[in-house]
Amino acid sequence: MRPIEIVTQLLELAAALAAAPLFLGWINQCRAWLQNRSAPSIWLPYRGIRKLFHKDAVIAVQASALFRLAPYIVFGAMVLAAGIIPSMGTRLPFTRIADAIALVGLLATARVFMSLAAMDVGTAFGTLGARREMMVGFLAEPALLMIIFVASLISATTALPAIAEHLATQTLGLYPSLAFTAVAFTMVLLAENARIPIDNPATHLELTMIHEALLLEYSARHLALMEWAAALKLFNYACIGFALFIPWGVSTGQSGPLALLASIPVLAAKLLAAGGVLALIETVSAKLRVFRAPEFLATAFLFAVLGLLVHLLLGA
Amino acid sequence: MPAPYSPLTACLVLLVLWGVIGLAGLLRPTSLRFVAQTLFPISALCSVALAAVAVWSLGVAPERAVLAIGLPDLPAHVRRDGLSSVFLFLLGAASAGISVFAAGYFRRGHGTSAGLLCLQYHLFLASMGLVLLADDAYAFMVSWETMALSSYFLVTTQHGLPDIRRAGFLYLLIAHVGAIAILLAFGVMQGGSWQFTFEAMRGARLPAPWAAAAFLLALFGFGAKAGLVPLHVWLPEAHPAAPSPVSALMSGVMLKTAVYGVLRVTFDLLGQPVWWWGVVALAVGLFTALYGVVFAAAQSDMKRLLAYSSIENVGIIFTAFGLAIVFRGVGMPTMAALALIALLYHSLNHAFMKSLLFLGTGAVLHSTGERNLGRLGGLIHRMPWVAWLTLVGALALAGLPPLNGFVSEWLLLQAFLFAHEVPRTFVNMLLPMAAAVVVLAAALAAYVMVKFFGVIFLGQPRETALARAHDAGVLQRLGLVWLAAGCIALALFPTQIVHGLGAVVKQLSGVELPAQTAPWWLLEPIPGRQASYSALGFLLAVTAVVLLTILGVRLFYHQRVRRADPWDCGFARLDARMQDTAEGFGQPIRHIFGQFFLLRRELPSPFDRAPRYRVLVGDRIWERLYGPLGGLVQRIADGFAWVQQGRIATYLLYSFVTLVALLALVL
Amino acid sequence: MSGVPLILQLLNFCAALLLLLSFAMLSQRRIVNLVNLLAVQGSVLLLATLLLAARTGQHHLYLSAALTLGLKVILLPWLLHRLIRRLGVYWDAEPLLNISGTMLVGVLIVVFAFGLAQPISQLASTATRNAIGIAVAVVLLSFLMMITRRKAMSQVVGFLSMENGLFFGAMSATYGMPMVVEFGVALDVLVAVLVLGIFFFQIREQFDSLDLHHLESLREDTDVGRN
Repeated sequence: MRPIEIVTQLLELAAALAAAPLFLGWINQCRAWLQNRSAPSIWLPYRGIRKLFHKDAVIAVQASALFRLAPYIVFGAMVLAAGIIPSMGTRLPFTRIADAIALVGLLATARVFMSLAAMDVGTAFGTLGARREMMVGFLAEPALLMIIFVASLISATTALPAIAEHLATQTLGLYPSLAFTAVAFTMVLLAENARIPIDNPATHLELTMIHEALLLEYSARHLALMEWAAALKLFNYACIGFALFIPWGVSTGQSGPLALLASIPVLAAKLLAAGGVLALIETVSAKLRVFRAPEFLATAFLFAVLGLLVHLLLGA
Repeated sequence: MPAPYSPLTACLVLLVLWGVIGLAGLLRPTSLRFVAQTLFPISALCSVALAAVAVWSLGVAPERAVLAIGLPDLPAHVRRDGLSSVFLFLLGAASAGISVFAAGYFRRGHGTSAGLLCLQYHLFLASMGLVLLADDAYAFMVSWETMALSSYFLVTTQHGLPDIRRAGFLYLLIAHVGAIAILLAFGVMQGGSWQFTFEAMRGARLPAPWAAAAFLLALFGFGAKAGLVPLHVWLPEAHPAAPSPVSALMSGVMLKTAVYGVLRVTFDLLGQPVWWWGVVALAVGLFTALYGVVFAAAQSDMKRLLAYSSIENVGIIFTAFGLAIVFRGVGMPTMAALALIALLYHSLNHAFMKSLLFLGTGAVLHSTGERNLGRLGGLIHRMPWVAWLTLVGALALAGLPPLNGFVSEWLLLQAFLFAHEVPRTFVNMLLPMAAAVVVLAAALAAYVMVKFFGVIFLGQPRETALARAHDAGVLQRLGLVWLAAGCIALALFPTQIVHGLGAVVKQLSGVELPAQTAPWWLLEPIPGRQASYSALGFLLAVTAVVLLTILGVRLFYHQRVRRADPWDCGFARLDARMQDTAEGFGQPIRHIFGQFFLLRRELPSPFDRAPRYRVLVGDRIWERLYGPLGGLVQRIADGFAWVQQGRIATYLLYSFVTLVALLALVL
Repeated sequence: MSGVPLILQLLNFCAALLLLLSFAMLSQRRIVNLVNLLAVQGSVLLLATLLLAARTGQHHLYLSAALTLGLKVILLPWLLHRLIRRLGVYWDAEPLLNISGTMLVGVLIVVFAFGLAQPISQLASTATRNAIGIAVAVVLLSFLMMITRRKAMSQVVGFLSMENGLFFGAMSATYGMPMVVEFGVALDVLVAVLVLGIFFFQIREQFDSLDLHHLESLREDTDVGRN
């Protein structure tokens, strides 16, 4: 384990923690530009999190220890996921302990704990949100797995950094299978991170909430951690997308500190572009009815399966 | 007779000891203190000893013996090899926890007396052990039947209730249908030598059609016991009817003896499996997995939910089985080894996870008297021990890292990753999609576990009587802790367990994984592919981050907490009936997978003074398969009714005709 | 993948696009969009023909490309749009199987087609022989579209899509059919669309709707006594 690898690992974690709320702010800014209105400052999510940490936590009388523990576990899971995803470099010491399938499992763990915490207080909206969150989850996981399968078929490994390294060091090629899976991945990203067209992150109508409903009973530091974890989740998904589909610019192999420094502006550029694309998709689409979500995710699964079949047939 | 200090002798002695304990229960049948609190713990110690012997004997060469019991010309052959050892370990370790729990669980009630229960229980255990050791068809079938009969009596412990009697009858019926198929399979496998020892069957070279017939019969017969669709219908009836320790034993251990049987027949007795057998097993397994988990999500009875979840896991085990056969049949031995190891690991995992969950429901039932999810809730406050230990089981069953359910799923998915290399045209494209179905089933299992744990233990109590619920007693806690510890041990040391299972798989079918180069804390079954997982590292990383976060928050901010009423968006009059019911939680599944169910809805009219809404979720298989089948059997039976004329002269005529025929034949 | 020349990569990309378009047509309910997708399919075929012509230098492929442009990208879609406007059919009725079921069957068909095509690909000698499987899949998917639709217009679109698939298959297997055959097929297709257009007016006049469900009433009733 060389020192540069430890530095890469720590730098990635720090970047994820620091930049995740900024990414959210940037997406809101792009949405505002597209919708011809003025957005709040892009630093607003930070101020929100800081404000929440200072408050007293108000917890329902019937909440158990699970309710209080869940935000820490969810946050921890998201931070660990950020450590496994190769956003800046592919030589990460953490990656041996978890490959891409374990990453999907980690995200599932976070989802289960959030749902259990929402059921803990026993309110109508919390349990409704838990039910819907688990529904979106179980439909998205097969699609996500198919996407990882296709990527790992091309690179002969399931470790995400190794996949990124393999794809980054190839000479540029058109992979139709990866194009299909990129579309599928975007759809899964939208579903899992509670963006339009599955869920509206800015809604106030409890009956239409999926993700927000899980956070209704949380306050103060617990809410801050959950919000930060949600921002981290979106950041992580974006970085997974970069690693699988546009991995160039990441420091690979035995390259030194210069490559690592060069990967930071590349990552920033990718995030800016991704934020713009996400904002565009959100502006152009309308939110689907809850029971159209299975069809949406079935389409994502279909794209992923098509990518797999095209790869098996064309070898591309 | 076997050698004095061999593992085989030790196992046989322990099985006999169980029998003795069972008989001892008859000495003072109604004394709960003697039976439950003395005999059952002793039996648990025997289980631990059995598990220890099994682990010790994993690497030891197979040994056989001929026992002097049985018919004059048909002595019982026994043999212990790696495969038997794995399942004996499963039997011993799981039953240890269950027996300790049962010691604290049984109480005076209606139904069978404690002593009789003790006899049946230990007969069940001993017969399962003998199934795992049997080396000829007679010993196997005798122990198989004893297992079925003793479990029948255990299921119908509360035989005063007609529902329970009906469930027991259904169980016995399907168990015997399966036993006939197994018997026929053995009959085919002896291949003309008319020697029913397994040794003879190993040597018999069956032509391809007969081998296929034997495999399909064995799959049918053992599948009936394991709970493959469409022979699963007894599981959701029998498991809720039986007392919880018995349900745990049946779900955790008995279903695995069927897995043992099908492994023994396919890889040991038949020797060279053909690849398309694997496709059949895979298809049946996949359908069973999906069917089981979809039904589990729609249940309102906690034990039926767990029964359907067992069906799902059996489906996954058979999927791995099918995959292993496909790989073996097309000549990919390393992948076959990986699939077999995933299969065995999942069997071990499921034994611990499911037993833990069933015992948890037993504790809840013991304490509240309620089985219906609609009358439970909020028990985490009244029963913390049971709740937190059941949480371990629920998270494990949901397949979440770093617990053990995830490890076996990870191994299975790694095996599926190589499926596209299978040199058969359609199979190599369909197998990756089968992997997606496995993931769907696993994700649905997480859904079901959130429903199970959330509705029972979290939220607010749905009945006022739940305020009097008490936590589990010492013995119950001990049993639960044992099983939870087993789950955690299986989760944190996968490399060592894979190593042990690898030796078993090599002994069974000659396939093995390549030499392992990874350190002890890392699981990397196929070196060089960079696909690795470290449970310990995972757990340490998550714990470290969580602790750092807690410390950081405490350092920079504060830990002040206030308690208040729940927010619920400002709705002031919140009561327990406003949270999700079990049926509500299952509604998305009923909507999306509506084709699987037979739904009968009773909707209130707008003018009802006391409106009621009912939805009954039924199994289509009853209507589509068993209904017509039952009708057919009835018609055939009615057809024979003409024999019973009722006139004495006709009966005398029958005797006369038979006599004349026999005379003609003999003379 | 890095060793494969750019034109072949682009051709593979066109093949994948064709497959995607077939699935898009399977799930589309608006008939106007169906015809537009057909036009896009024609343009992808045009692109593929041009690429193949550039790679192999066979001049008859340029002629074939011109024919494709004139017929499949311009003339037929325009004809169909005119028909739609005059008949007033804009939406298809509920298909036989719901969208998810159709997609699932579609995926199984693709698997079947790919499996079928693998030995055939071994026999062909062109550089694009891997794409034969996609051609077969497009044909079968168009067939599926014809089966599961209720309005006659969608079935015509399915028929034309099937012809596109056959054309692509011929191109990837043998670098195009002889020009005589191509002209003949193009003429047949044109005439078929014109005749079908006439039929549609007749059907609509008879039943006041283009829902083919109504054609079932033309069945003979054997147990009815009146004439």
